[in-house]
Amino acid sequence: MSKVGEVCRHVRSKNAGPFWVTVDLFFRNEELFRRYRDAPALAPEVFARLYETDPKLVKRLPVDNLHMIKISFPRAKPQGWMGERDMHGGQLYARLLDVELG
Amino acid sequence: MAQVKQAPGDVTVLVPTGMLGAGVQREHVRYGIAAGAQAIAADSGSTDSGPSYLARGVSKMNREAIKRDLDILLDEACRARIPVLIGTCGTAGTDSGVDWTRDIAVEVARELGITPKIACLYSEQTPGDLILKNRQGKVTPLSPVGPVTDEVLESCEHIVALMGPEPYIAALHAGADIILGGRTTDAAVLAAVPLLKGAGAGPAWHAAKVAECGGQCTVNPRLGGVLMRVGQDAFEIEPLDPANQCSPESVSAHMLYESTDPFRLTEPGGVLDVTKADYQWLNTRVTRVTGSRWESMPYTMKLEGARAGNFQTIMLIGIEDPEVLAHLNGFHNTLHRSLTDRITATFGAEASSCDLSLRFYGWNGTSGRAVPANTPAPRDVGVLLVVTAPTQDLANRMAKACNPYFFHMPLRPGIELPSYAFPFSPAEIPRGQVYEFLLNHVVHTRDAFELVRTQWTDLALSTREALENV
Repeated sequence: MSKVGEVCRHVRSKNAGPFWVTVDLFFRNEELFRRYRDAPALAPEVFARLYETDPKLVKRLPVDNLHMIKISFPRAKPQGWMGERDMHGGQLYARLLDVELG
Repeated sequence: MAQVKQAPGDVTVLVPTGMLGAGVQREHVRYGIAAGAQAIAADSGSTDSGPSYLARGVSKMNREAIKRDLDILLDEACRARIPVLIGTCGTAGTDSGVDWTRDIAVEVARELGITPKIACLYSEQTPGDLILKNRQGKVTPLSPVGPVTDEVLESCEHIVALMGPEPYIAALHAGADIILGGRTTDAAVLAAVPLLKGAGAGPAWHAAKVAECGGQCTVNPRLGGVLMRVGQDAFEIEPLDPANQCSPESVSAHMLYESTDPFRLTEPGGVLDVTKADYQWLNTRVTRVTGSRWESMPYTMKLEGARAGNFQTIMLIGIEDPEVLAHLNGFHNTLHRSLTDRITATFGAEASSCDLSLRFYGWNGTSGRAVPANTPAPRDVGVLLVVTAPTQDLANRMAKACNPYFFHMPLRPGIELPSYAFPFSPAEIPRGQVYEFLLNHVVHTRDAFELVRTQWTDLALSTREALENV
């Protein structure tokens, strides 16, 4: 079993405009990237559970030459709403680090 | 120092910073000019910092920081006789943000004793004009939002449309030395000069996208901005600091930054497609990129709008009591229930228009998510109470009503009342309004100029007039 935080050398998140968040997972090497490129543990339903987003709108785009996967999804609420806790979405990645990739 | 000689036909643009006011370095600007820069271009805003700047039409950056950077840029650009292009003035790119930046630029120019011709490009829109466009079916939503209504448009304090490069190009044709733009896509203000001088559209837009955040596309982003050198079929990115590098990885990784799609980027009038882009070292500091493509599309401008909503008052306490820290989940629930009951008992029906939120920093304040069982107790938490209400006065009064309960809430009944650590007096802090982004739509326009207005400030002319009036 391997966690996201173990097989990635860098994970980051950021708003992509006020209505979307994008998460970048940079894998430690090509082999790990190939192994987890299509891992079901990173399926839209996982993001729906972790981020209260609509699984139908989750976009997953692997970038082969950078050994990374970009996953983008609509914010549960637009940036800056009354209950905002992370204006830039810069810490939203943290809850992914413990996800088991299998 | 490996400096690349400029090939004939290439267009070189100096991008001194990812954000005007962040701290331009004069030696970097001089390096770029010595390397053949034909223009200086920078962005001065973003939606990144939240809706309040757009809703209020005020800058996130302080005036002194903008003035310092403009002082360096205008001084060096004037000596080199190259234009300066600034996009999204005043953080949100409202008309007021452009005027604010223009006033600073005029002050800087007078202090430097220079007389540039300044073009101001405005792209703020009235709700009325957009309601008409919407009725004509020319305002369309972007995922995940639906169609916009008249009410939503009317509730916005400010609405801006994101400009493309064309108004900048037109202002350069008309002889502008300095262009101060309202809301503009980050890439458009950087792509303008290469497009004007006939560089390939694919490389021009791709280079601009890569350079939009200044040093962010370099190996060491803290070392300042970059130089983009754009040709017909390729572009090069070079750092402005001799000790820095633009590597194939740092350059290609920037396409990922703050965008939902790493391969395709929609801009006014087209889409940048980098699916087939190839990134190679040109030398030890510079990366060369080929294969960028631009697909022309009917002209659209993205809209951004924000409104002002309810008001918030906050209170903060620190807790080091080990017993409380060992039972934080239960304590959170007890405290929240107690404060909610207190507000209901004190304010009656008015309480239903308000919201109470508790955030335990040091425990789960950042995410608000449940903490896994068996998580060790922290040594210290900061508990932030956020009261949201329709007026500042009501939010203040509700916070005051909460004060004794927030301050003295015991972990369980029957013990002496604790006193948690307030850092401030008065304890309640009126925080101001909550602002919201409302629009995620594009407007289809006849061309790049339909929603844009240009105004000129010619300091040479005004100096001459002043002299004639003596």
